[in-house]
Amino acid sequence: MKPAPFIHHVPKTIEEALAILAEVAPQDGRVLAGGQSLVPIMAFRMARPAHLVDINEVKGLDKLAVEGGKLVIGARVRHAAFHKNVVDGPLGKLLTYVVRHIAHYPIRMRGTFCGSLAHADPASEWCLVAATLGGEIIAKSKRGERVIAAANFFEGIMSTSLAEDELLAEARLPLLPADAKFGFYEFNRRAGDFAMAAALVTYRVAGGKIADARVGVGGAEDRPRRIPEAEAALNGKAAGDEAFRAAAEAAAKAVDPLEDVQTSGEYRRDLVRAVVRRALEHSA
Amino acid sequence: MGKGFIGRSVPRLEDRPLLEGRGRFAADISFPDQLHMRVVRSSHAHGKIMSIDADAARAMPGVHAIWTAQNVTEIPPIDFRLTPVKGLEPYRQRVLATERVRYVGEPVAVIFAESAYLAEDAAEQVVVEVEELPVVLRATQKPAEFAPSLTTEPVVIRKGYGDVDAAFKTAHGVVELELSIGRHSGVPMETRGAIARYDAARDMLEMYGAAKVPHWNRDQIARLLGRAPASVNLFEGHVGGGFGIRGELYPEDVLVCAAALRFKRPVKWIEDRREHLLAANHSRQQTHRIRAAIDRAGRILAIDDDFFHDQGAYVRTHGATVPDLAAAMLPGPYRVPAYRAAGHIRLTNKTPGGTYRAPGRFESTFVRERLLDAIAAKVKIDTVEVRRRNLIASAEMPYTLGLDTLGTKIVYDSGDYARLLDKALAGISWEKTQAQLKKRRAAGERVGLGLAMFVEKSGLGPSDLVRIAVEPSGEIEVVTGSASVGQGMETVLAQICADTLGVDYARVRIIHGQTDRIEQGGGAYASRVTVMTGEATRRAAAALREMALNVAAGLMQTTPAALDIANGEITRKDRTGASMQIGDVALAMSKNSERLIAEGFYEYSHMVYPYGLHIAQLRVDAETGGVAIERYLVAYDIGRAVNPMLIEGQIVGGVAQGLGGALYEEFLYDDNGEPLCVNFADYLMPTANEIPRVEIILTEDAPSPLNPLGLKGAGEAGANAVGAAIAAAIDDALQMPGAVTQLPVSPQRLKAIMQKKV
Ligand SMILES: Cc1cc2nc3c(=O)[nH]c(=O)nc-3n(C[C@H](O)[C@H](O)[C@H](O)COP(=O)(O)OP(=O)(O)OC[C@H]3O[C@@H](n4cnc5c(N)ncnc54)[C@H](O)[C@@H]3O)c2cc1C
Repeated sequence: MKPAPFIHHVPKTIEEALAILAEVAPQDGRVLAGGQSLVPIMAFRMARPAHLVDINEVKGLDKLAVEGGKLVIGARVRHAAFHKNVVDGPLGKLLTYVVRHIAHYPIRMRGTFCGSLAHADPASEWCLVAATLGGEIIAKSKRGERVIAAANFFEGIMSTSLAEDELLAEARLPLLPADAKFGFYEFNRRAGDFAMAAALVTYRVAGGKIADARVGVGGAEDRPRRIPEAEAALNGKAAGDEAFRAAAEAAAKAVDPLEDVQTSGEYRRDLVRAVVRRALEHSA
Repeated sequence: MGKGFIGRSVPRLEDRPLLEGRGRFAADISFPDQLHMRVVRSSHAHGKIMSIDADAARAMPGVHAIWTAQNVTEIPPIDFRLTPVKGLEPYRQRVLATERVRYVGEPVAVIFAESAYLAEDAAEQVVVEVEELPVVLRATQKPAEFAPSLTTEPVVIRKGYGDVDAAFKTAHGVVELELSIGRHSGVPMETRGAIARYDAARDMLEMYGAAKVPHWNRDQIARLLGRAPASVNLFEGHVGGGFGIRGELYPEDVLVCAAALRFKRPVKWIEDRREHLLAANHSRQQTHRIRAAIDRAGRILAIDDDFFHDQGAYVRTHGATVPDLAAAMLPGPYRVPAYRAAGHIRLTNKTPGGTYRAPGRFESTFVRERLLDAIAAKVKIDTVEVRRRNLIASAEMPYTLGLDTLGTKIVYDSGDYARLLDKALAGISWEKTQAQLKKRRAAGERVGLGLAMFVEKSGLGPSDLVRIAVEPSGEIEVVTGSASVGQGMETVLAQICADTLGVDYARVRIIHGQTDRIEQGGGAYASRVTVMTGEATRRAAAALREMALNVAAGLMQTTPAALDIANGEITRKDRTGASMQIGDVALAMSKNSERLIAEGFYEYSHMVYPYGLHIAQLRVDAETGGVAIERYLVAYDIGRAVNPMLIEGQIVGGVAQGLGGALYEEFLYDDNGEPLCVNFADYLMPTANEIPRVEIILTEDAPSPLNPLGLKGAGEAGANAVGAAIAAAIDDALQMPGAVTQLPVSPQRLKAIMQKKV
């Protein structure tokens, strides 16, 4: 439980951080944000970065503001920032609701929103939020800046399209319309554990019918994603048990479930059905 | 007697340093110039060691030495402390793997380095080449070869009485079950640790970080290292949880001592969590094939149990304790006219097993209570009625079971089982609650109520010695060889001493776990301390009181019978004349080079038998297989409650651990014997979120007739019946009698049970 040796860099500016990252990335250098995923795996020596680029003192990365219809979340913004409403309207409520399902209080005080995205655990709540709402990832490196759509960002279990010299400088979430409804549900064996399956849904009701449905599922496949089959089962239907069950069934059918010792594919499908329906119930 | 500390929930004497963060746990202890030890552990479940290449590690700066089995050939295997059944000796563990490795996590080599970091860096550089051998992972599979001419089934524990075969022949019906308990264990907050140093000036070997049984471990370390016991001392500091597994003598303890002797430098070893889950004792894993012969009314005529105990790779200090207790305690509170149990001890390629809180009873209570529920279903009576028909009556006490365990004959000393059942049912409003749950089930919920009864055992001898001295300052020091694993023994012994002697309990200082302060000590296990050390304390305090009164009578020119001691003050009973402080007596004696000091020795070859029952109310989530506990009640007869708050604490903690074994915790392995649960993300300890409020009914209906205070133990009542009660409640929620046959009931398993139904 003692990490392998590493060199600890503490840049103060983003330019400095990017310069160090460019230099050390090829030598197994990594960004250190909240450390709530990286440090435990270093303690197990399952990760042994030779360099850590600690971004906790980098100026300007603590931005949390609305710009151009999007909520901008800088790389130093902790999970706990969302314990309070950070933006008026449904998005703020959604984030305060979801954040309580992430780990435990002390971990939320350190862990970062962007760190969760970069870490890309398939069951991460923030990854599910980004994938479902159509978030954007701003990646910066000495080579420049690019904007990656969440749908193209997650590539598999703990694998993303971020290059090794890129810093995930900020994430952007589109604001939800004022009349948007959302629902979230996750299943795990103990409070604070990573979800064995989780679902996030948003939609509007127009003329008594569901419109603009988004159904995201996390923890069930190698990455969180929207399930078009479930969305199709909702759009144009009356919000209610019948449509919710149909969507849940569609989602259960559509997923290609991850398996492990505690969770067979069949059981995971059952969980997807349950969490999607409950997320929809929660939204109603 | 002084007036009443016994029976009151007085605050714990041990709390102050713990609450102020001034505790001294193993990792807090360091000595100048110490080396740090790191263990290189096997990553193979079974294989022949072909070579160990430590050259690269040895060459690293800061590495002092590296040992493999070759460096410790003179150290014999670690012996049995309890239940040494003949035939187990060849299965003992050596401190470092010799020729073969038998489980992932087995110590293969040790590094000694200038820092814990360097030691861990070096450990990674040691290359162990192993030729793999086939693995045995299930105790129910056919025994295989352990070593040439030794099989993986060293011993079958057999216990019984009466004519079982005849009972089955004439029975009205037979109920038959196969039931399994998962592999899990006590996981204390503090991992293991040991710090040894050798004081050449006094030729004294010392080990810090001792727990549970310091005296036995001292003697054993002395034997293993070829020293006189008087030249070895063990010191217990704060202990962050025991639960049966901590404080047993493990290979690492012996290695730090051997190294301190050889290097003449202090050596420190602190286990990390992954190591702990790999290397400290596992427990519980058993499969039972049990049959009951019953009459028309559901009365038991005979029980026949064949069970398989997964011992893991070696037999450690507990010998055959766990299967022995499982076989002996299985009949529980019921009249079983004929009984036969065969416990197959089977070696597997997994972490070795030992005892864990309520060893053998968490398992056998689950099995027995499942059996009672199955009998109820078979004869179509309810689960309370089947118990009433089979309970041993209070008029039958003391009840000789006809079995023995741990070298003692089982005689239930006292008990009124039916009375406690009535109190518990009233406590949970059984009928009313049943009616409510029925309504909720009719509305589509899956809610249920389950109950399980048990007899506990406690106060294992053979003996305990306590020495109490009063100093001229009035301070009272109680020295015992017993140990504290955090259970509150200091407070309890102080209460007993205070009442017997006539002083304030807060003035009593308890010294424990220091082998240089007293020559013997039984230690802390088997819920024995309050009973054994408590009675020894009472005896010492009574002798001390007599001595104090005799001396004071001389000084006060009266007779001892005319005097009393209260709150440390000696007065005439008629309240006339002068008084004196008890410390003044000690002061007067010191002028004649005498001390106010007395010993109490308590030797007893029988255990005492508290009893209780658990009731669980829960809701099953039909879609996910999750379980939410709505109410949990424990009723327990303690005989005499010295400190009710501490007993309740013991019960709540035990329930938490029991729920772990019932619903969450399980050491799983893949088909190659690779352990899959070696961190807290994969090994699921229940947290405060998962533990319901526990309702407790504590009764004193059946004090033990075997000791003057009527004491019985409290350590294991909370854990004992959780698996059984949860299983019963799930059956009830699903309205599927006998649904649960395996613990823990994970959501996936529960989902599978529900799918079987449709
Ligand atoms: C007991 C426990 C329970 C948990 N439960 C949950 C849970 O239920 N749900 C959940 O979502 N998470 C959970 N977590 C993980 C937690 O949320 C982490 O905080 C999060 O996954 C990572 O964020 P971090 O800031 O701590 O990142 P770090 O641990 O510092 O880094 C994680 C990885 O991301 C990389 N990284 C981090 N930030 C950046 C960046 N800005 N740019 C580029 N790369 C970056 C690092 O190099 C590293 O590879 C749990 C953690 C623990 C210890």
